[in-house]
Amino acid sequence: MSALHIKKGATKHSAYNLRPSFSDVQERHTIAVLVENEPGVLARVIGLFSGRGYNIESLTVAEVDHTGHLSRITIVTTGTPQVIEQIKAQLGRIVSVHEVHDLTVEGASVERELAMLKVVGDGEKRVEALRLADIFRANVVDSTLSSFVFEITGAPEKIDAFADLMRPLGLSEIARTGIAALMRGD
Amino acid sequence: MLVQALKDQGVDTVFGYPGGAVLPIYDEIFQQNDVRHVLVRHEQGAVHAAEGYARSTGKPGVVLVTSGPGATNAVTGLTDALMDSIPIVVFTGQVPTFMIGSDAFQEADTVGITRPCTKHNWLVKDTNTLSGVIHEAFHVATSGRPGPVLVDIPKDVQFATGTYTKPSPTASHYQPRVKGDLEEITELVAAMEKAKRPVFYTGGGVINSGPAASQLLRELVDATGFPITSTLMGLGAYPASGKNWLGMLGMHGLYEANLAMHDCDLLINIGARFDDRITGRIDAFSPKSTKAHIDIDPSSINKVIKTDIPIVGDVAHVLEDMLKVWKSRGRKTNAEAVAKWHMKINDWRKVDCLAFTAGDKTIKPQQALARLEALTKGRDRYITTEVGQHQMWAAQYLTFEDPNRWMTSGGLGTMGYGFPASIGVQMAHPESLVINVAGEASWLMNMQEMGTAVQYRLPVKQFILNNERLGMVRQWQELLHGERYSHSWSEALPDFVKLAEAFGAKGIICKDPADLDDAIMEMIDHDGPVIFDCLVEKHENCFPMIPSGKAHNEMLLGEAETQGVIQAGGAVLV
Repeated sequence: MSALHIKKGATKHSAYNLRPSFSDVQERHTIAVLVENEPGVLARVIGLFSGRGYNIESLTVAEVDHTGHLSRITIVTTGTPQVIEQIKAQLGRIVSVHEVHDLTVEGASVERELAMLKVVGDGEKRVEALRLADIFRANVVDSTLSSFVFEITGAPEKIDAFADLMRPLGLSEIARTGIAALMRGD
Repeated sequence: MLVQALKDQGVDTVFGYPGGAVLPIYDEIFQQNDVRHVLVRHEQGAVHAAEGYARSTGKPGVVLVTSGPGATNAVTGLTDALMDSIPIVVFTGQVPTFMIGSDAFQEADTVGITRPCTKHNWLVKDTNTLSGVIHEAFHVATSGRPGPVLVDIPKDVQFATGTYTKPSPTASHYQPRVKGDLEEITELVAAMEKAKRPVFYTGGGVINSGPAASQLLRELVDATGFPITSTLMGLGAYPASGKNWLGMLGMHGLYEANLAMHDCDLLINIGARFDDRITGRIDAFSPKSTKAHIDIDPSSINKVIKTDIPIVGDVAHVLEDMLKVWKSRGRKTNAEAVAKWHMKINDWRKVDCLAFTAGDKTIKPQQALARLEALTKGRDRYITTEVGQHQMWAAQYLTFEDPNRWMTSGGLGTMGYGFPASIGVQMAHPESLVINVAGEASWLMNMQEMGTAVQYRLPVKQFILNNERLGMVRQWQELLHGERYSHSWSEALPDFVKLAEAFGAKGIICKDPADLDDAIMEMIDHDGPVIFDCLVEKHENCFPMIPSGKAHNEMLLGEAETQGVIQAGGAVLV
């Protein structure tokens, strides 16, 4: 488990921390859920969100521990503190869920997202796109005489900013992975 | 292999209905005598019967049905068991693995359909994993907050042979916490020592926790002298004859119970979930109290009502620790203030909110239940109900001294629950008196189970309060929809006596209050299933009542107060 940089009970903010302050302020939380890698597990998690009317802003899922049959689902959601507490408690009672971590409250964490952007154009616009890509440390992963595909990794805000700049330069398609996040430190 | 696993799990009874995709399992059942199979008449009946079995024994109920329609018919029962936290293990047949996804005959995406209405479910694709999954299914159904689980088994997996593993309780990663946090428990005990107007508010969690929880609850209540009320689901955990008993609370709860909830300064929720039938208007719910909540499911806490002292744990474990801590701190209570509190409660009790005038020409439903109570009290009695007015009257006028004696559909409110549930109870307790208190409309929803009752010679008593109406719907239409009784009466009811006879059972009709006692005794004394058609007052309303969108201290006690009570805001609530 230590290979996953998650320690069980490493924080007081476990699913059993049941004393939230009730307020109406909408908060954005990143929640990491370690689940049994079995058929239907993603449907259980998504069904919980749709069935109880919670929001999903971003969701990523992939196997992270092949021998332990574990997948990690990273969910970005919004809600009042009461709703966020409910989401965590509801996730925690799904039988296939091993651990639930609220990265937003458990301490500093890093969030990254990968995006690919196709920019179509020629002449000055093409040069400008390449120059901006360099500034944003985006890589060219495919090019033709009239197009580039850029790959960029970073915080979601950085990707938003890059996409905004590419739009007047001929942005034609964008694919984003959604957020992956980890706690900082050991 | 399935039958072996059932034996190893201690299963003695399975409720089911065969079909193409479960024939190999039925073939195995045919060739053994350890596990009894009860053939129901509809798969919904099988699940409700298993629920009745589970609630009256504390053991998980087991169901076996076929693929496709067999599985979809089980969905209502599964949802019912999920809402009421009843441990049920349902086995469904499935088309062979190589045909899944081909829209084969009687194929349905059973695990997909039942995912939101089970605690967990499995599709088994390899016979070698089958026994492990079955043992895990029983473990999940009965551990933590109990609930229904489903195992979907394709026909080729049933035919194939594989290695069998014995049950092992430690094999599962699913190990919910049962011990409560001692710091929180101590905080609660400290609050109990100081409380001037405390009240215990208990629920189905006490029953689910097992007989030890009810024993500990009785000890705690009697030692502290605090008054106690209960939800519909928790009736019997504390005896109705106990001196601290307030009666049921909630929408149709007792006046004294609801006012005690409203005015208390310490509310101790034990295994209940602040359901909307209990709380009424949230922002006016028990406004002056410190709230403690003991629940095994962390998601129940702070879901509806903000809790000051949350304790996650199994009721029996937490009560044991509470008693220990309370005793070690010197068994203190604020006895003087609590005595005053009891006096205030006694004043409310004098309102006698369940008083009714017995009819001399027609039978009042309250009267029928009061007589049923008087004539069956003290017997080895189990009660199931359907859903509606009769259910609330049964909860008000029948009394329960022990847990596991009262089976009713609380959370989902499933009409058609009571009759099959009574069959499940009678299977588990063949010598006991099992009565299903029903309305004629609910009862008709699963009346096909008369076939089951007669086939297995189950002497279940169907006590139907027949008002030829959907009584609760009619009541709401009267209070809320300008007395426009849209589709809430039945114009073509069967002759229940003839219906009983057609199934080979006994039918009794009673319409004169003077005949009521003799008719009830005739029902009890008959050794076999009885349909008791009790014709009652058609327009009787169920009181007390907290109208939708109102607070506990805004109860209605009778007809005179009902005009225009539910405002537009409350009308959208159900």
